[in-house]
Parts: sequence; structure tokens; C-alpha cells
Amino acid sequence: MRHSIVPAPIASLPWGMILPLTALVIFGASVLYSAAGGHMQPYAQSHLIRFGVFLIMAFAMTRVTPDLVKFIAYPGYVAVLVLLILVEALGAIGGGSQRWLNIGPLVLQPSEFMKPGIVLVLARFYSNLPANMVGDWRALIPAGGMVAMPMALVLMQPDLGTALAIAFGAGVVMFLAGLPMRWFAGGGVAAMVMIPLAYFFGLKDYQRRRVTTFLDPESDPLGAGYHITQSKIAIGSGGLTGKGFGHGSQSHLNYLPEPHTDFVFATMAEEWGLLGGLFVLAIFAIVLRWGMGVAERAPDRFSRLLAAGMVATIFFYVAINLMMVMGLAPVVGIPLPFMSHGGSSMLTNMICIGTLMMIDRWSRTRGRSGLSS
Amino acid sequence: MPRRFTQHVTQATLQNRFDRRSAIVGALQGGVGVLLAARMAYISVAENEKYQMEAESNRVNLALIPPRRGWILDRNGAPLASNKADFRVDIIPDRMQDTSREIDTLGKLLHLNAVEVQDLKDKIEDSSGWQPIEVASGLDWDRFAAVSVRLPDLPGVVPQRGYSRYYPTGPSVGHLIGYVGTASAKEYEEEKIPLLVTPGFKLGKDGIEKQFEKILRGQPGARRMEVTASGRIVRDLETREDIQGKPVQLTIDGPLQDYAARRIGLESGSVVVVDCLTGDLLCMASMPSFDPNSFSDGIGRIEWKMLSEDDHVPLRNKVLKGLYPPGSTVKPMVAMSFLEAGLDPSASTFCGGGLRVGNRVFHCWNRRGHGQVDMAKGIYQSCDVYFYHFAQQLGMDVIAPMARRLGMGQEFPLPVLSQFYGTVPDPAWKLKKYGREWQAYDTVNATIGQGYMLANPLQLAVMASRLATGRKLMPRLILGNDKPQIESMGFHGDHVQVIQNAMSEVVNGRGTAGRARIPLDGIQMAGKTGTAQVVSLNVSSGKGGPWKYRDHGLFIFFAPFDNPRYAGAVVIEHGGGSSAAYPIARDVVTYLFDRQVGLEKLHELEKQWGGTAQQRLAARYASYAATYGSAAPKPPSGDAAIAREVEQEDRAAAQPSPIASEVTSPSPEPVAASHGEGNGRTTPDSSQAGAAGGDE
Repeated sequence: MRHSIVPAPIASLPWGMILPLTALVIFGASVLYSAAGGHMQPYAQSHLIRFGVFLIMAFAMTRVTPDLVKFIAYPGYVAVLVLLILVEALGAIGGGSQRWLNIGPLVLQPSEFMKPGIVLVLARFYSNLPANMVGDWRALIPAGGMVAMPMALVLMQPDLGTALAIAFGAGVVMFLAGLPMRWFAGGGVAAMVMIPLAYFFGLKDYQRRRVTTFLDPESDPLGAGYHITQSKIAIGSGGLTGKGFGHGSQSHLNYLPEPHTDFVFATMAEEWGLLGGLFVLAIFAIVLRWGMGVAERAPDRFSRLLAAGMVATIFFYVAINLMMVMGLAPVVGIPLPFMSHGGSSMLTNMICIGTLMMIDRWSRTRGRSGLSS
Repeated sequence: MPRRFTQHVTQATLQNRFDRRSAIVGALQGGVGVLLAARMAYISVAENEKYQMEAESNRVNLALIPPRRGWILDRNGAPLASNKADFRVDIIPDRMQDTSREIDTLGKLLHLNAVEVQDLKDKIEDSSGWQPIEVASGLDWDRFAAVSVRLPDLPGVVPQRGYSRYYPTGPSVGHLIGYVGTASAKEYEEEKIPLLVTPGFKLGKDGIEKQFEKILRGQPGARRMEVTASGRIVRDLETREDIQGKPVQLTIDGPLQDYAARRIGLESGSVVVVDCLTGDLLCMASMPSFDPNSFSDGIGRIEWKMLSEDDHVPLRNKVLKGLYPPGSTVKPMVAMSFLEAGLDPSASTFCGGGLRVGNRVFHCWNRRGHGQVDMAKGIYQSCDVYFYHFAQQLGMDVIAPMARRLGMGQEFPLPVLSQFYGTVPDPAWKLKKYGREWQAYDTVNATIGQGYMLANPLQLAVMASRLATGRKLMPRLILGNDKPQIESMGFHGDHVQVIQNAMSEVVNGRGTAGRARIPLDGIQMAGKTGTAQVVSLNVSSGKGGPWKYRDHGLFIFFAPFDNPRYAGAVVIEHGGGSSAAYPIARDVVTYLFDRQVGLEKLHELEKQWGGTAQQRLAARYASYAATYGSAAPKPPSGDAAIAREVEQEDRAAAQPSPIASEVTSPSPEPVAASHGEGNGRTTPDSSQAGAAGGDE
């Protein structure tokens, strides 16, 4: 260990990830600043403040021990599930769908907590599962139940994007837990059968329309295809270097819908061009690559699965959002991590980052203690 | 197999499996990343041009600026139709989100009353959606601004500064000039250019406005603007000015047109004045009329009810589409045909109140008889027997060609939408039309301008001008630089003077229109009265009773009588006889020579009538609006439908009476100087009120 003037707990933080991430958040804030017509209010300032607060929260999370995390996995999951039911019940009473719980000044969106929550509970489940049971139904049925319940509740809200995010995170954890490959192959086949059925019987009308217009956005350029078309125009007209900071006509003249949340990437690409887009992709690559590295270095099965699941959750956000704005996926309301304005998404993603930093610390302390002892 | 597989799983295999599979997941993530980068590069670099264009077409909105319409000028360059800068509000129904809410909001902001709101809703209902509809024009700044600031809540509402058509003399020129309006779906179908559906653009719907649309329209300007998705204008990028349409200068004398129209007063009729030097139409007044100023925003329900219920048919241009039996006004023409056929003007016959032809007696309007009558007396006393007598000798084949030479039955090459040209009957015509032989009573009827004979007021005016000058004047409406070449009619000897003198005697001597004398020194007008029966004398005397049974009053004139400068015709529908017509001719001619004297007379009359034509129309509208409100029935949708309806009515009205099996007994002519001034009608002479002449 080299000696330095920086105290060890700070020096041991993964600065190789934190600094690029901070750069991304600041870049995101500048895009929000432009989207607000050159003002810090109402987006950029709160974006930065939230990141600062949640980064401190992430630092705090690194001090949590593995035992405590393991201990809260099941009760935490149950608690979030109860909150989801509560939201559903309140929505039913209120006579409409609702995704939020208002607790004083706090606006709580329990489905957000379920994304890291499902990863945590599954990692806990598989870390305890005896190795010889992994190919057994006992590896699948309880886990499947734990995934199905929150998914059903979230779908009832209805929030297809979040439900898919939960499924994706869970699927990656199960995949990495070593479940037999043929189950995934079978699942894939089942999905191919289920998707048309779900499309015709499971989806709401507006969701179905999103799918059809995603397949052919020009079929309805002023209606549901409008978002995709305008987003592609914004990205495409940006060119290599963009129209310049504050000069995006698509966002400033309101052609681009949701220029500060779901379509923030299009807002960015219009003004910064392909170079800006590659910058964003590169930082996501660094962050995710670091996350996978954390998972590989993780000291035990629980932390490995937990870390990989967190990376998968962030990845899912990024991939679906970018595919959506570029016209490769239907419009599902999923924000872009660290760039879109919005507290819930920032909190979820920072919980994932915090968890990864925590596991990173676990592997360092374990390694160091192992060396010293 | 699976069982054995399960048994072999250990923590080590799981670790191994995790490593392999996390490599797969990582590779997949990387793959997605590369895919996204490639996709973005494709959109932003390869397709950059396409998307840049689309972004630009989003951002920039090209708005056409309706061109200012060319003015319509009178012969002295005074505007009959001009443009007024104003603030206006249009709507495009397709772009509206909540139509009824927005209309109510607009109604409040613009202070529209219930009728106007209802009319607006009618128009929206009939519209094709993408065509702009005028909500209001001529707004003051406050109301305009009130709408402008609320625009974000009012999608599809277009407030703008523009120009609206303005007709300074309103109803006086309604039929002549026509009016403008927004393009109908049919008009857009015929001429598919964006200008036609540009808010604020109007095209000619009738009259000169329609005929000279191409010249008057001009070239639209254009404005490139940066707009938001909701259509709010952020800033102007560049503006190309419009090119105003070219003016059209008419031969009409604007003040005279207005004077004549107003002088018609409460009657239904028309006044035509022709310049005897050039054939220029100085005046083509037809009243009652509509106010073209209020038509340009479409015809509302109150207007429609008011106009369609009026038995004076204010939508008909009576100068061109009113056909009337010319009555005794044909007598100078018939006399000219006699002269040209070789009749000596001093040849006379005895009038004892009737003439026996075969076994029938044809009455003179004056049953007491005129005594010995020569040509001049035949004209100035309007003696029917004189004409019966010589027409029997000379025949219809002398009279009908002369009628046509003088303009009757003719269509003139004028830039008007349609003119009804009436009938000059002759044996061949009757055979073709009814398959019957020409009878003696047909000739009798024709010589006194009854029976099948029909003419419009323009033809009568042309006839007067050609008789007066002996020159073949062609009416023209568009003022040209070159003086028209006018041929002689080729009348022989002093025939023109004979007619001039006889017609002068009608007014200035012992004739039937002594009260038509011009109150100016040195100006003597010549003329000929005419009274056209509408129904048989058994139905009505034609003098009183229901309006629609009263006789038409006609008068043709020229002045000065010995050196004609102006000629014309006045026709008053159901005026009860010629005494309704010639006072108007007198005042119009007075005005031509001394505007001050003419105006004094008019102002005096208008005091009795309750204001100018425009003021009376406005008062009438107000009373209709108060009575019926929005309960008035909806007008037919579109100007085309209205024009069709009016045209049909005009045609029906212009039909000649069904086949005449009887001779028409002439209505009595008023006798000179027997009554007071003004439009007072002469009471029928008791001896005239008898039955029509028939078989004896």
C-alpha cells in the first residue's frame, strides 16, 4: 500500500468509477440546464443536489456489513411488497391507478425499490441454496414466486417498464446462479409463445399502440408514433458534433416530448451530436465494466450475485432507454440513469451503485484482512 | 441424465458457471453498447441530412400572407372597393382541440352575441375542417389583443393583422361589384393552391369581384417563422411582401351610382345610365340590395332570413336579370321602324278609344280617344291606336328587326356573370316556341310592349341611347384608354330628330311625363313612359292593391334632348305605373348636370324614408336580429348554394307570361301635370278600369 496524504477510507473508494460517473451527472445537468431554456431551475439544480445526497448515501452504504445485508434481504423484500399492495389498494380506493405513496413531504414509489430488492432477495436465496439443488425445482419455484408477485403488482399499476426491469434483474441473477441452461432455453421458447398472447390479451390499448407504432412509427406520425419520430429527428439532426449547446430546436420548440426525462438523451444528442452520445456510452461502459469487475472480485456467492444483479439493473435502464430513443424499442417509460431528471430513478440507480461500492469494499477488506492475518 | 447432472454440482462448478456466464452477460452488454453506438452513428451521420431537413421543417413554418386585393375604381379613380387594414381572427377547425369550449371562449373575448356564435357554429359544421373560417374582422386592438394573449389555450385560432375588403357605398354597388368571401370547398377543388385555404384570404364571389378575380388577386407574400410544436410563433425569420392585385377601373360614375341607388328609395327597381358619346355604363343601380361589406364574412342566418323573405328580391341584380314587358317604352322604337319603313311622320289616323281589327276591338289606354293622331302625338300621348293602326299596315317583320337592332333581345359583351336577354317575338319565334301561327293581336301586343316581349333595363337604356344618337352604342363596363369606335345606326334623313322631338314633347310638352321636366335652365330631357301590366286587368287594376299585382313603371330617357349626352332607363317593379319611374329619372338627370340640386332633392326624400339605403338596411337587420335571434333558420351552406337558389328564382321570375291568347289591354298612362310632385301614383281613370279587350 502506498502512503498518501489522502486518508485511506477515501483513497480506497473506487475513484475510477466515481469520477466518470460524476462527469456524466454533470453533463446530464448541463443538458437539463439547456432543456430548461438556459436555467438551473427547475431541473439541473435538483439533479445535482440529488446526486450529491445520494452519493453520500452510497458512501454510507459501503460501511454496512455483509451480515446485515443478508439479514435485511427477506424482511426488506416483504416490506416493499407490502408497500406495493398498499399502493394498489390506495389506487383502488382513489378510483384510479397510482404508483406513489405520499408520506408527508416524501413521494415514495415502491416499485422502484423492488428493482434492487428483487436482486437482493434472489442473491440471498441462491447463496443459501445447497449446490446440488441448483438443478432442482426447489431452485426455481420459490424464486419464481418471489419474482411473480411484485411483477403482477407492478403490471396492475400498470407499469410495463418496471415489471420488465424486475424480470430482467431477476433473470440475470438466476442465470448467473447456475440454473440449468435448458430452463432458460425453455423460458425463451415460452416467452415467444407468450408474447403474442400477452400482446393481444395482456396489454392495455395504449401499450399495444406503442408496440405497433414502434414497429412502424410513420403510421401515426402525429399520434403515438410522434415521440419516436421526433426523438429520431432530434438525434439525427444533431450530426457528428451537434447543433451547439442551447441550440437544439427540437427540444427548445417543444417538438421533442419529455425532453428532460425519458428523452433526455435525444435532447443531449441534438446539441452534442454523435460525440456526446459516444461520451455517454463510454461512461456507461466504464461504470458497468467496473460493476462486473466488482462482481468477479466479490468474496462470496451472495455478493457476486448481488453485484452482478445490480449491474444488470442499471444496464437494463440504459439499454432500454437508449433503444427507445433511437427507435429500436417501443416507448416504455424508462428514464436514462444519471441523466434523466427524476428523484426515484436517481435513488434506485444510486442504491445499485452504493451496493456495488459496498461489495467492492467487502472484497478489499476481506483481501486485506486475509493478507494481514 | 438430469439427475446425474444435479448430483455432480458443487460450489466449484457453480463458481465456474458464474464466471463463464458473467462473461456471457458482459459480452452481451458490450454487444448492446456497440449496437447502440452503431445505431446512433447511422442516424446522426448517415441519415443526418434527412433528419436535419425534418427538424428544419418542424422548426420553420411558412405562412402565406394573403395579397392585398386590387381596388375597383370608378371612372374618375375613386374606389368602389378598397381595402381596410384591420385586425381579424380566423379559426381552422381541424386544429382545434375542444371546439365548443374554444368557441365559447372566443365569443366572450370578442363580445360576440348569440346570433354570431350560432352562425359561427353553423359554419364550422359545414366546413371541411382544414379551411379557415372567419370569426371576426375589423376588430379593435383590445379585443384582438385579448385573443392573442390567450392563444396557448386556443389551438386552431389564428389572430392576424390583415386587410379586409371595404365598399364605401355598401349596398349601392352590391349587385354590380359583388362581394368577396373565403374559398369554398368546391373552389379549392378547382384551384388547389395553398393560398385558397390561407386564413384571411378571400376571393370574389359575385359580380366584378368574381369576373376579375385573376387581375384583382395579386401575389401572396410569405413569412418564414420559427414556431413551437403548439404553433406559437417564436420569431420571424424573413418576410416577403405581397404584391397587391391590379386595380380594375370601371366606366361607372361612383357618386352617380350611389345617388341612383339611393334615389330608388323604398321601391324595388333599377337605374341604368349610358354615356351617349362612348357607350360607357355610368350607372347600373339595382335596389334593394345587400351590403357587400357584411357578406364578406359569410352570409349569416339573420341576413339570409331578411334577404330571402323580402319580396323585393334584394339578391337579384335587376339590371341584368330583371326581365319586364317594356310597355309603351317601345313606342319610339316602333315609330323608328315605321319611319325607316317609309312611313311619313305626319301620316295620321283617328283614335276614338279603340281600333277594330277583323272582328275584335283593341282599346287605346285612353278610352275617350285621342282624336287625330300623327307620329309625334302617338309618342307623346302614347296613343295605342296609332301604333295598332300602322303596325297592321307595316307588319311585325318591320318592328322585330328594329327592336333587335336597338338592342332588345341582345346579349352584350360585358364582363358579367350572366344576363337575361329577354324576348323579341316574331312569327318565326312563336312558331318555334309554341307551334302556333302569328296572330294580329300578337302584333298589337308587341307594338305596346306587352305580350311576349321582355327586356331587361340595360337593353332599354341601350335602346334609348341608340334612338337618341342614331349611333350603335355598345355598353361597356371597363374603362379603356382608347375611345371606342361607334358606327352609325344608318337611320335615314331626319328620323333621329323626329324621335328626339317627339320624346322631348313627352316631358317638355303635351306628353305623359310633364312632371319629369328637369328643374335646371337649359337642360331638357326627352323620354318615354311605360306601364307594364303584371296581371290581367280582371285581377287587379295595377294601380293599387297587393304590391305584387301592381304594374311595373318604366321610363327611358336621354338628355339634352337635341344633343344627347346621357341616355338611360328606369324600371320600378310594381311601382303602379310609369309615374313611379320618371321622377327618379328626372332626379338622376338633374344630378348629372347639377349635383347640388340633385342631392338636395334626395336628402329631402331620404328624411321621409328613414335614412340612406345603408342606414335602412342596418336598421332592418337590427330589428330582424331582435325579433328572431339565433332562432332564424340556417342559410344554405356556401355561397354557391345561395347563388344557385337566387339564380333559380331569377329564372322563374323572368319567364314570359304563358301563351297569350288575348290581347293585353294597355294600362292607362298618367297624364301630365295633373298631380303633385314626388312618387305619388295616379289614380286610375275610371273609364280605364274596365275589362281587358277581347272577342267581340
